[in-house]
Amino acid sequence: MIAAIEPTWYLLLAAMLFGIGAFGLLIRRNPLVMFMCIELMLNAANLTFVALATQLGDINGQTAVFFVMVVAAAEVVVGLGIIVSILRRRPGATADDLAELKG
Amino acid sequence: MADLVWLIPAFPLAGFALILLFGRRLGDPRAGYLATAAVFASFAVAVAIYFDLLSRPEDERQTVVTLFSWLPVGSLQIDLAFLADPLSILMCLFVTGIGGLIHLFAVGYMHGDPKFSKFFMYLNLFVFSMTLLVLGENLLVTFLGWEGVGTCSYLLISFWHTRDSAATAGKKAFVTNRVGDFGVMLAMFLAFESVGSLSYPVLNEAAETGSLAASTASGITLLLLLGAAGKSAQIPLYLWLPDAMEGPTPVSALIHAATMVTGGVFLLTRVNPVIVASYDWVPTTIAWVGAITALFAATIALAQNDIKKVLAYSTVSQIGYMVLAVGTGAYVAAIFHMVTHAAFKALLFLGAGSVIHGMHDEQDMRKMGALRAFMPITAATFIVGWLAIAGVPPFSGFWSKDEILLFAMAESVPLYVVGVVTAVLTAFYMTRQVIMVFFGEATWTSHANEDEAPEVAEGDEPVETHDAHGEFKPHESPPVMWIPLVVLAGLAAVGGIINLPNVLGIPSGTQYKLEEWLHPVVEFGEAEITGTWAYDNKVLLIVIAVAAALAGLVLAWTVYLKKRIQPWEPTLFAKGWYYDQAVSWFMGNPGRDGFEAVAEFDQKVVDGAVNGVAVAVKETASGTSRSQTGYVRQYAGIIGIGVVLLLGWFVVIRGIL
Repeated sequence: MIAAIEPTWYLLLAAMLFGIGAFGLLIRRNPLVMFMCIELMLNAANLTFVALATQLGDINGQTAVFFVMVVAAAEVVVGLGIIVSILRRRPGATADDLAELKG
Repeated sequence: MADLVWLIPAFPLAGFALILLFGRRLGDPRAGYLATAAVFASFAVAVAIYFDLLSRPEDERQTVVTLFSWLPVGSLQIDLAFLADPLSILMCLFVTGIGGLIHLFAVGYMHGDPKFSKFFMYLNLFVFSMTLLVLGENLLVTFLGWEGVGTCSYLLISFWHTRDSAATAGKKAFVTNRVGDFGVMLAMFLAFESVGSLSYPVLNEAAETGSLAASTASGITLLLLLGAAGKSAQIPLYLWLPDAMEGPTPVSALIHAATMVTGGVFLLTRVNPVIVASYDWVPTTIAWVGAITALFAATIALAQNDIKKVLAYSTVSQIGYMVLAVGTGAYVAAIFHMVTHAAFKALLFLGAGSVIHGMHDEQDMRKMGALRAFMPITAATFIVGWLAIAGVPPFSGFWSKDEILLFAMAESVPLYVVGVVTAVLTAFYMTRQVIMVFFGEATWTSHANEDEAPEVAEGDEPVETHDAHGEFKPHESPPVMWIPLVVLAGLAAVGGIINLPNVLGIPSGTQYKLEEWLHPVVEFGEAEITGTWAYDNKVLLIVIAVAAALAGLVLAWTVYLKKRIQPWEPTLFAKGWYYDQAVSWFMGNPGRDGFEAVAEFDQKVVDGAVNGVAVAVKETASGTSRSQTGYVRQYAGIIGIGVVLLLGWFVVIRGIL
């Protein structure tokens, strides 16, 4: 029998996912990829919630995950809409090109 | 009845509103009659209230009528309230009575003027303001009227504003009055600061019970004296009044003789307990301001050739007498002289207006003479006014002037001497005027036509419509103008009966009527002179006063009619002691430099501070906005760093986990 995977591993995985997401957000300029990085970070947080909820036997962590999923879905709808409309107007625009509001 | 006191200002206000709305449609002369009716309606109300107050016991002759709460701000509670008491009703009686007669005269005098209805609109607004001034229950309502008469004065002096001198004179009056208004405002602040109220009864009560410190009372009195000097044309602020003669003559009569200029004396009388509560030198200062003004203006009047300028300086001089009376504690005498002066000076001014009208806008007395044959009624009434102001018994001016001199003597001999010298001068210059205008040789025949033409050409619009060039002949004025003259002449002749002294076998039932009437108002302030040398030698003082009047009269008679003595009219007097020029020079040179320095201070320091703050804010803001680079990834990085720092702070420093 395979030994039960310790919650620590889940947390470690979540931290790695979050790090990749954050790092990707900072270095990539394609808005769509940046968006995916944000999703990655959100899911890293979700994984943390679930892992700790199991470990502590507390259902509240899993409830929070649903909230995050709903918010992420809504965010995707709005965010993708904005990105698509921007790219339609300015094909190939990167996040750095969209700097009209700078001081 | 006294509750209806608000009707007194309401009628002229209604007249003002009606003429404002329908003035053009009413036109000439109906707008004038409407205005006159409004003022006489006020007069009727004032008479009714007078009898109402008279029927009450003496200590109940005071009614406060509150219309509404005007300024309820914290502890500052000011009502728009009227005070109907013997003083205010007396003032209303002569303001509306004599004002009404002047309105009537103006209907004739202003006939044909293109701005006829506007003139009466201003006149009604003026009477409204004046009644507000005298009826106010507190300093602020009075101040509202005070500013109102100042504004109307400006509008009316510069009524013929196309004439440069008229526009300038209006501005001069307004600016000079502002200096005095500033004193009244500061007095109000001081009164509120110390008593917590601007109401006259409260203020006077505080002064009577001694809860008002002598220093505060002195401050209030001196500031009000500054205000009075502005409005009542006393030294050092008298110089607007002679220039104010640029306005139409009824304006000179109404504003600058009968009503507005008495505002200062009225205000000082109103607060007489405060004057008493001041240091002893304060009333003395008031008395000397009045005495010096009286003498000073009388000397200037000696050498004026403009018929209205003589009367203007004589007004300054006569009001000097009133201020002198206030300073010696003779409040009743001051009000008495105010009433008689209102009658005879209105008469003289309207008489002068009638002369100017009959002479086709000629004001120079050197181009008049022997007019009594052409204007018999004007001449006869003017002579009554002349005898009244000269102080010849039994005309009204004699009684009131004598009362003032009596109190001056009781106070100090120098004041009395100044008063008597002024009386001589008054009789002298008025006689000179009467001779130059109505007696002697006719000097107008040769001058009339050559001077007439440029006069009309100067203005943009002809002021009079009945100019008849070529055949010049002075004429008597229409009845609408001489009827007020006759009524005023009657008042000027017998006006003295309201306050006869207890000498020379005058029946005791008729003595000191005005003093009895005003007793509740001036009870606290009125000086007590029984037992003084002056009081015991009243008859002697009367003899001296009569002798002084006759001396001035006879002297002028010999100089100007008999021509036995060469006239002595030094340029110093004709130029008004160069006071005007001195003020102009001072204001033009060091004064101008001073004000320019202030303006520069304002620009550099005050504006500099304000602008500096704005610039600093702008710099900071644009510096901060530069951190908004527009790079989303940079923001994300900053957020990330912030999160790490926060986490580090919680873990390492707060020790959570």
